[in-house]
Amino acid sequence: MAEVAGRTRGMGELIDVADKASDFAPFGRELAALARERDDIVGLTADMGRYSDILPFRDEYPDRFFNVGMAEQNLIAVAAGLAKTGKVAYCTTYSVFVTRRAYDFVAIACAHSQANVKIFAGMPGLMNGYGATHQATEDLNMMRGIADLTIIDPCDAVELRQVVRAVADIKGTVYVRLLRGNVPVELDASYRFVPGKAQVLRPGGTIGIISTGYMTGRALDAAKEVASRGVQVGVLHVPTIKPFDTAGVLDFVARYDRLIVAENHKTTGGLGTLVTEAMFDAGVLKPVERIGLADSFFECGSQEYLEARYGLDLPRFIRAIMG
Amino acid sequence: MMTASGVTTTDIDMLRLRAYDLRVAMLEMAAGKGEGYVAQGLGMADCLAALYFHEMHHDPANPDWDDRDRFLLSTGHYSIAMYAVLAEAGYLDRAEFPSYGLNGSRLPMSTFDDLPGLEIVGGSLGQGLGQAVGMALGLRLDGREARVFCEVSDGELQEGSTWEALMSGATFGCDNLVALFDCNGVQADGPVHVQLEPVLDKISAFGWSSIEINGNDMEALVRALEVSRVRDGKPKAIIMRTQPGSGVPTLEKRERAHFVRITDEEWQVMRDELEAGRPGATRG
Ligand SMILES: Cc1ncc(C[n+]2csc(CCOP(=O)(O)OP(=O)(O)O)c2C)c(N)n1
Repeated sequence: MAEVAGRTRGMGELIDVADKASDFAPFGRELAALARERDDIVGLTADMGRYSDILPFRDEYPDRFFNVGMAEQNLIAVAAGLAKTGKVAYCTTYSVFVTRRAYDFVAIACAHSQANVKIFAGMPGLMNGYGATHQATEDLNMMRGIADLTIIDPCDAVELRQVVRAVADIKGTVYVRLLRGNVPVELDASYRFVPGKAQVLRPGGTIGIISTGYMTGRALDAAKEVASRGVQVGVLHVPTIKPFDTAGVLDFVARYDRLIVAENHKTTGGLGTLVTEAMFDAGVLKPVERIGLADSFFECGSQEYLEARYGLDLPRFIRAIMG
Repeated sequence: MMTASGVTTTDIDMLRLRAYDLRVAMLEMAAGKGEGYVAQGLGMADCLAALYFHEMHHDPANPDWDDRDRFLLSTGHYSIAMYAVLAEAGYLDRAEFPSYGLNGSRLPMSTFDDLPGLEIVGGSLGQGLGQAVGMALGLRLDGREARVFCEVSDGELQEGSTWEALMSGATFGCDNLVALFDCNGVQADGPVHVQLEPVLDKISAFGWSSIEINGNDMEALVRALEVSRVRDGKPKAIIMRTQPGSGVPTLEKRERAHFVRITDEEWQVMRDELEAGRPGATRG
């Protein structure tokens, strides 16, 4: 089929898979595997099963799967109820609809009771081509405001699969930014996700990049690219946004004179804010450049188009590094 | 022949032709894109033709006219139907059609209110009917005769907010409000599987004057809209059973109707099928 130039890729693929190894539907396939080992796992969606990769679980465990229809507040409430009968409730919809619409339900029905609800929120940040209605560009900021909530932003399929398992053992409510479809493989098989820990993926160098989620792949690409020009940068990946690994971040910060923070989110209220807050509180003042989104609503368009337009693409990283 | 309020069969034929033209426009916009929400749009063509070319008072030359009747498309991804009717009515230049869904276009896959003729931002589903209640109240406060028409999908009937708005509409006696429920039987994950029915009884029980029709039957649409004009202190609901892909048999049969995939070869087949079903009347 002919590709139309500039096609909005609303339901589409992550662009980074184009020239990388990838893993299809890692979330749903790992969840199905986990469910084989634990019969307390249940799955839910709000009419977003097909678009959130949970179907492999549904197909294997139809009796443990509940599609509540397009009703996000109810999704979270029903998940909380299941959790309160001893189940571990994995639920999916798009990030925007769980954060903006069901926020109070996440806070009260789930987090306040430390209910075992594991929210896998699809198309976080600027990934959806349908514009502001579908772009969860402030989800980290919002969710960070909820007490007793764990927030994880995995960077690739390797990490996401580990997160699917790890959250089952984290007591309470967890919000995970879900990568779906063909998800790129960025990390070595030897990588081990540790809840609450930031990890140095690339040591050394004179500039330090601190990144989370999908942007960590971009940071690694940028580091490779500039290395070929003789510039060395280190990369710290911060998959757990909350609780925040203040010590790990400050330790990394101490090794560099200049830092770049990158996230698929607004520059306010997310990782950039967390890093600069931690630095300020510790009395560490160093130049920090933030790669992320402005405080705005964003256009419709393909992922390539949006990332270039709003400054999340590789050239943006290279510019930040080269100064 | 005339209906009760003076609509002739010629008028009905003319409206059917308008609906046909909307369908042609939708295929033109979607052609070559490979995928999209064209099935829902085709299902809504008759309703939009009846509204914009028969029922509503509006002025394409003055989209912000204070006394206009408002149409709210709550289901933002039905945008293709909206662009078709806005162009047919004169709000929009057809020359923009090829940009539908492309980067930087004014015609994105889901609607925003910066395009003249669009009243609200759709897309985050379940936000339309409440805003329609608010507009109905505002128009009433200002003593205006204008009415508010709001499309709502069967998926949106699953959002609590829609039922909250239904309560408000009845509580505040919004008889200048007509909700048009597009019950096309599909949603993102497939056929509607949640217990929605009986929609008519439920909405009636919420205090709305309700009627259920075949939403692809022009005569039934026109009649239902006429009945909805009465100012009796109750909001009006028209439950439309619509056929996704209506007018294009290939699409009517498609199982995954929510977001159809269409091959390059199929477009011409679809155009031919549509043309084969063109209503016989000539434009008046
Ligand atoms: C609040 C909200 N939740 C979820 C979605 C994702 N979504 C987009 S279309 C859709 C299906 C809605 O059902 P309906 O409008 O009846 O779909 P259609 O007739 O177009 O198949 C869903 C769940 C959304 N846009 N908004």
